[in-house]
Amino acid sequence: INAEYGAMSNDNSLSDSSQDSDDELPKQKKQLLEDGISSDSEIDPLVTKSRKIEEKRLENIEQSQFEVDAEQQQAAADLRLDFEIPDAAVLQKEEEQGFDMTMLWARIEDVSRILSNFKNLRNPKHSRAEYVSLLQRDLRFYYGYNDFLIEKFFSMFSVEEALALLDANEKSRPITLRANTLKTRRIDLIKALTERGVHVEPIPWTKVGLQVFSSRVPVGATPEYLAGHYMLQSASSMTAVIALDPKPGERILDMASAPGGKATFIAQLMKNKGFLIANDVNPKRIAALTANLHRLGVTNCIVSNLDGRKLPERMKGFDRVLLDAPCSGSGIVSRDPQVKVKKSRQDLQSLSAIQKELILAAIDCTKSSKSKSGFIVYSTCSILVEENEDVIQYALTKRNVKLVDTGLGDFGVKGYVHSGKRRFHPKMALTRRYYPHVYNMDGFFVAKLQTVNTAKGEVKESIPKPISESEDVSRKRIREAKPKDPNGPKTKRPKMNSNPKVTVQLITRSELKNSKPSRKKLKKAKK
Amino acid sequence: VSTQSTGVFCFFCVCVVLMRPLTDEETKIFFKKLAKYVGRNIKFLIEREDEPYVFRLQKSRVYYVSEALMKISVNFGRKELLSLGVCFGKFTKTGKFYMHVTCLDYLAKYATYKLWVKPSAELSFLYGNHILKAGLGRITENTPPNQGVIVYSMSDLPIGFGVTAHSTADCRRLDPGAIVCLHQGDLGEYLREEEKIV
Repeated sequence: INAEYGAMSNDNSLSDSSQDSDDELPKQKKQLLEDGISSDSEIDPLVTKSRKIEEKRLENIEQSQFEVDAEQQQAAADLRLDFEIPDAAVLQKEEEQGFDMTMLWARIEDVSRILSNFKNLRNPKHSRAEYVSLLQRDLRFYYGYNDFLIEKFFSMFSVEEALALLDANEKSRPITLRANTLKTRRIDLIKALTERGVHVEPIPWTKVGLQVFSSRVPVGATPEYLAGHYMLQSASSMTAVIALDPKPGERILDMASAPGGKATFIAQLMKNKGFLIANDVNPKRIAALTANLHRLGVTNCIVSNLDGRKLPERMKGFDRVLLDAPCSGSGIVSRDPQVKVKKSRQDLQSLSAIQKELILAAIDCTKSSKSKSGFIVYSTCSILVEENEDVIQYALTKRNVKLVDTGLGDFGVKGYVHSGKRRFHPKMALTRRYYPHVYNMDGFFVAKLQTVNTAKGEVKESIPKPISESEDVSRKRIREAKPKDPNGPKTKRPKMNSNPKVTVQLITRSELKNSKPSRKKLKKAKK
Repeated sequence: VSTQSTGVFCFFCVCVVLMRPLTDEETKIFFKKLAKYVGRNIKFLIEREDEPYVFRLQKSRVYYVSEALMKISVNFGRKELLSLGVCFGKFTKTGKFYMHVTCLDYLAKYATYKLWVKPSAELSFLYGNHILKAGLGRITENTPPNQGVIVYSMSDLPIGFGVTAHSTADCRRLDPGAIVCLHQGDLGEYLREEEKIV
């Protein structure tokens, strides 16, 4: 430590003197301690006092040493941080010639540290936006993404969280199974699998989930698997069916069910009573769906091959509908790295459009009468707002549905109530989001809707319009600018409604006064 | 011979129509095959206490489904309906019926003759091989030859079905390498031949 201290510090005089004293002191201290061990009373009080002073001095030196070390480390770090953002030409050269990954990662770390302590560490020449764009560009090349997803992640998360998410996307999630209660119990399955050499533990928040920690045999080919005692299913997918909460004897529809993980889970919760319709639009995947249904011993299921948007024409009046919508897969990057490169803004727009059509079809398929209401669960394996909250918001405006609690409790991040300039219904907080870097599960979104019947003239739940500050201000200005009408009483302004054919009767304030007795009059009458 | 050929011709024409109940001839062929494995217990499949179940033919495959579910499946068109309830097997173009492993649960429930396989030979059977004398664990008494049997693992898990090559008495006297049971269907087909059985 002394050598380093001597080498790094600039103030040599201080170091020299302390070095001399350091060499001497330990010996003195040793002697003192040795003396002290025998008996304190024998030592002269002056000696003890001097000993205490020396100890304190030692402490101070140690502390200052520590502080200087830390300072010097920081200074060294700052030296590295005091870098310029490279020119576009330099960056171009990098791209052409190939990247040095360690250098790239060092730059990523530097920029993220600057951004976390921006006020102190920034280079005044560059704006925050420049740092952020450099970071995004570096991350893009480091992890192999296109611009689109990186931008999206940065718009949703802080820098630290985005980095954690990107890191989590590189690692795979643990393998999870679901015990098939139609053929076995979870306890028996754990026993049987342990005998086979598969180390499994139950997942605490489900009654049927298992997590595989290690395995001597392929988990997807054991005789228990073939006999239909369990199914390989990601933990996120289980949440969608837990939210759906199917009961025996109900009529349930699964609109996009291939390869059948969720459909078989629904059937096992239904105990093969009632009926289930497992639909999928892709005929190539239906073989897998049917095979899984047969393997797991599901007897009350019909498999259909229809475009989900046309399902309401075929059948309606389901008690529950599950829509695991086709999505960009931004939450399952760890399973399918192609998502990093393949998805673009156009893809997202077209997907969002299909999802909106599908959710309306799902709502139309559900039971909605005076006495009974149905449930719809919408889920995606994506974490982007355009595919999740946007679609639910669209459904709320277009159909008579309301958001209800998913039944997952506090497990999961609450859905966004606002995103950027957009404002969603306050009950959007009832939906749940799952992130790979928080729960070690695939990225997922679950929302539960209930149909509301407005036959009796119930007022549709009011949804707040997206208000931006500028809009608000402009309204205020209009109000202020409007001059007071000196002639005659104020007329009530007709309300703006969507249907121009409907006219609103204008009534004057005096008429309004006369029609309804005022509060004062009512109070007087009461007395 | 002429009646046989006309029978086949009729069958082929009728096959292309919507989901329908089996014709008498088809029912005969199908039940004959079923009885090979299940014997007289077929009556438990046809006459159930809880609710009426029916057999239906869709795209030359036979499905076993409750009547209520069958009525709902009428909503779907020929090309859209791909499976109902449990698939028992399919009719070939020449009119023969092949049983698939998808109905193993029902076969095992009402099985008359059973065969148990040793753990060493379990995997071999699951790969689609026949069962040899060396792999034979147990077999029901008085099993005749050419009898449909359900194959179980030693932990009483049904893993497939087959046809005996010899009677139980003869089996005791066989060499270890001789075939005891001819493979007809096993659970491994869910991985090997998924599309074929479904």
